[in-house]
Amino acid sequence: MTGDNRVQSGGRIDRAKPIGFTFDGKKFTGFAGDTLASALLANGVHLMGRSFKYHRPRGLLTMGSEEPNALVGVGSQESRFTPNLRATQVELYEGLTAVSQNNWPSLSLDFQAVNGLFSSFIPAGFYYKTFMHPKGAWESLYEPLIRRAAGLGRAPKARDADHYANLYAHCDVAIVGAGPAGLAAALAAARGGARVMLFDEQAELGGSLLAESAARIDGKPAADWLAATLAELAAAPHVTLLPRTQIFGYYAQNFLAGLERVSDHLASPDPKLPRERLWRVRAKRVVLAAGAHERPLVFPDNDRPGIMLADAARGFLARYGVTPGARAVIATAHDSAYRAALELAQAGVAIALIADLRPNAEGEWPEAARKAGLRVETGAAIVGTRGHLRVSHALVAKRWADGSAGRGEAIACDLIAMSGGWTPSVHLFSQSRGKLAFDETLQAFVPDVSAQAERSAGACRGAFALSEALADGAAAGAAAVSAAAPAPVSVEGAPAAHGGFLGLSPPHGDPQKSKAFVDFQNDVTARDVTLATREGMRSIEHIKRYTTTGMATDQGKTSNMNALAIASQALGKTIPQVGLTTFRLPYTPVTFASIAGMSRRELFDPVRQTPLHAWAAENGATFEEAGLWKRASYFKRPGEDVKAAVARECLGTRERAGMMDASTLGKIEVVGPDAAEFLNRLYINAFAKLGVGRCRYGLMLNEAGYVMDDGVIARLAQDRFHVTTTSVGAAHVITLMEDFAQTEWPDLKVWFTSTTEQWATIAINGPRARQMLEPLVEGIDISAAAMPHLSMREGHICGVPTRLARVSFTGELGFEVNVPADYGRAIWEAIWAEGRKVDCVVYGLDVLLILRAEKGFIVVGQETDGTVTPDDLGLGKMIAQSKPDFVGKRSLAMPDLAREGRKQLVGLLPDDSQFKLDEGAQVVDAIAPAIGTSALGHVTSSYFSPTLGRTFAMALVAGGRSRIGGTAYVTTMQGTALVRIVEPIFYDKEGKRLDA
Amino acid sequence: MLLIRCPYCEMERPETEFRYGGEAHLVRPLHPAAASDEEWSAFLYLRVNDKGLHAERWRHASGCGRYFNCLRDTITDKISVTYKSGEAPPSL
Repeated sequence: MTGDNRVQSGGRIDRAKPIGFTFDGKKFTGFAGDTLASALLANGVHLMGRSFKYHRPRGLLTMGSEEPNALVGVGSQESRFTPNLRATQVELYEGLTAVSQNNWPSLSLDFQAVNGLFSSFIPAGFYYKTFMHPKGAWESLYEPLIRRAAGLGRAPKARDADHYANLYAHCDVAIVGAGPAGLAAALAAARGGARVMLFDEQAELGGSLLAESAARIDGKPAADWLAATLAELAAAPHVTLLPRTQIFGYYAQNFLAGLERVSDHLASPDPKLPRERLWRVRAKRVVLAAGAHERPLVFPDNDRPGIMLADAARGFLARYGVTPGARAVIATAHDSAYRAALELAQAGVAIALIADLRPNAEGEWPEAARKAGLRVETGAAIVGTRGHLRVSHALVAKRWADGSAGRGEAIACDLIAMSGGWTPSVHLFSQSRGKLAFDETLQAFVPDVSAQAERSAGACRGAFALSEALADGAAAGAAAVSAAAPAPVSVEGAPAAHGGFLGLSPPHGDPQKSKAFVDFQNDVTARDVTLATREGMRSIEHIKRYTTTGMATDQGKTSNMNALAIASQALGKTIPQVGLTTFRLPYTPVTFASIAGMSRRELFDPVRQTPLHAWAAENGATFEEAGLWKRASYFKRPGEDVKAAVARECLGTRERAGMMDASTLGKIEVVGPDAAEFLNRLYINAFAKLGVGRCRYGLMLNEAGYVMDDGVIARLAQDRFHVTTTSVGAAHVITLMEDFAQTEWPDLKVWFTSTTEQWATIAINGPRARQMLEPLVEGIDISAAAMPHLSMREGHICGVPTRLARVSFTGELGFEVNVPADYGRAIWEAIWAEGRKVDCVVYGLDVLLILRAEKGFIVVGQETDGTVTPDDLGLGKMIAQSKPDFVGKRSLAMPDLAREGRKQLVGLLPDDSQFKLDEGAQVVDAIAPAIGTSALGHVTSSYFSPTLGRTFAMALVAGGRSRIGGTAYVTTMQGTALVRIVEPIFYDKEGKRLDA
Repeated sequence: MLLIRCPYCEMERPETEFRYGGEAHLVRPLHPAAASDEEWSAFLYLRVNDKGLHAERWRHASGCGRYFNCLRDTITDKISVTYKSGEAPPSL
């Protein structure tokens, strides 16, 4: 069907371009230029959603981004489905598929609307009071139930098929809002030569001018002035116009975040286009021209479909040619609703009555309405409504002097257009940390003191009249480029409108017995707010949290001031005394995907690959992540399972030889006359007297005395060290080195260079390791006599310069060949060719971890967790006691670090030699410890050892070394396992194999 | 996102180039062994946590790599001045 409620001409839609779409599976037709909201209204559809808590039928309240009711899901494919979109912002395109939300089984028949019948049992704070007991029931029972009953749309199940872009931009003047004030500001700033960016949330720039049919600006109809202004701005090369772009966040130093809807409005967008673009804009000056929001009147049952804000009703007509009803009651306390009445009447809508809360209404607009023959009743309140899926009657009563109202007279209508006046949109100003002031005349908070290079202009600072907004905007734009304000443009046919009302509309009878909605999106009534004050809430921040008023995704745009007024009245305080809640970003909801931008899937994090990665991938490696690194876990052969591959690699290395890519090891070149002194102060070990060509294991603590990193440090020259770190700790270590060198010991002459990615590192371990290297190495004598364990030599391998170290993390005879990264693969292949002659294996990280644990070597981050001292690890003897100081030394003498009974590293052998303990499992001293007993410690590493033919583990256990020889229990998923506590070394205790 | 002036590069750069480094002007005792447990604990753990102007360290991690100090207002986030390591905080 096409729009039954469409006038023949007028508005900004293109009647020559019909557009088909569906809502809840039903086919409709709208026109190009429509939003989903206007097209549905044109088709007579007012019921668009169900409310959050009570599942009450709801229709449009507004025409813009502040819409709390008409939230819909859009998208025919699951991978492009978006929930919770405001129908007022969804632009129509051919084939658009929209569904209503939060209803079951259907929008017009919602079983959960019974929540409404029990609503007197669901008052403010209900969740806090009712769902406290029994303990644990919140998560298992109540929350899932509540989540199902009360909620917004559903999350899409398929992976998002769209992509999203991020953009940074800089400008002289950023203007937020392209209504009259924003446009005037942009003109003035652009004419001053500044780089201007003009943002607006709507598809078309113009703001209120888009619905302006009567006013003339500069002698022209408003629409012509708008077109001329946009043409001038579009032609200016230094001006960027960004419609569909919501500035949602205002951060420090004029940093704005905006979300541009790039392709959501297109039927078949270019697949190269992102769906949304996140703008991050740094502006020298900001002009906020965010406009104002009309306020609802808070009367009982003010939320039925067909009850909307007066200027929204007028706007649907002026902008989309839609009559939102056939017979309207206008409920107002502000002149602007008279204008709505006049324009609706002109379009053929019967105006049953204009009920004005004010005792008198004598402005230009009310006079015009009376002159046009519309029935105006002043001192009249709406005290209720009737209707179910659409409003059918307004109950209009006399307002008494005591603040109450009489019995209502039922007046038939299918539209109630209401206006409680206008609230300046100070959200962004408040986000910028500007200070607000309460204007007694306007009865509104307006910007007072700016915190940044910012100025508000137009309705968002209370300059509501068109002529005021244009002049204020022009002045703000000129000031932003330090120019004099231009002469004001002439405005005719737009008289100022006055009035306003805050809080609960005068009620008939007990207001505690009715539902007068304050916050439509979160279903908060006036009663909830007064209840909160009766229950002791005094601060508006507490009332907000207790009632959830203003906490929905609409950020309380239509509700905050009414809630505040009701609270202030209940508390007997003025509005400024009660104060305003903090405005949070985002101004409107923002997709996670737009914030992530390109950082998704394979681009989520950088991937670091070693120079030997490709060889490993070609040779059957399975990779795992270590920090950002990809490391080979093991190299499965055809037909092998993981256990078999690991066993083959373990035994091959212990019995013959194994090669491993150790390139991920962090490497730092530490150079300078004071390099040795520096390392001496940073590590617990002594480095001052380390001979050139020798290596030493180094353990690094933080200042609090806990182990932070370890590695092997080689002295290449008197003033040059090759320092290795853990694979994931390298960046942290070099940062710490820089910190101490720059700020603590700036007198030391020492410099640091990260060389992790400059070297490929190949570890060769096992009794045949020397045999493999000997034919390849040039200029280095690698015999046991010439090159002892823990030494490093410089020379060549296959003609390539190398730093060759004799070190071992497996307990076997071991070498590490460092070569420039670009030669890594060639040298690896040359060594591998030699290795094949001696039946060498290639092993991965899994095997390395087993081999090192068999020897009791720790892994920082596995045996340590930031609370472990060297002595806890049994490494206390490494501490160079002769050094007066090193980082962390003083802390080791602190009472808690020196006390008896600390957790110490021990070995565990499960009584069942084939049972593998879980890493992280608790160690306890009884088979069934009493509830509340502390664990003795936890398992840090646990493996099956192919060499030993059994499982083993390491653990940190309270007083562990004194328990060696005893037993303990380890909790597992299969029950409690008996373990023997042993020395944390399981293989070659004498260390003979280093020289095998 | 803050704009921070690096006193070594002498230019304003976006916050993403920098890393926060904690409170500034903490003095590591020259002879830690001589410090009492209380003094050492205070050095390790006690921080001023001021509301208002706070002297703190930042590092131009993705730029020159230098540590420097600044005075930042912990209420408004406004950085009023940055200065080199070793310099006394300017009086405002």
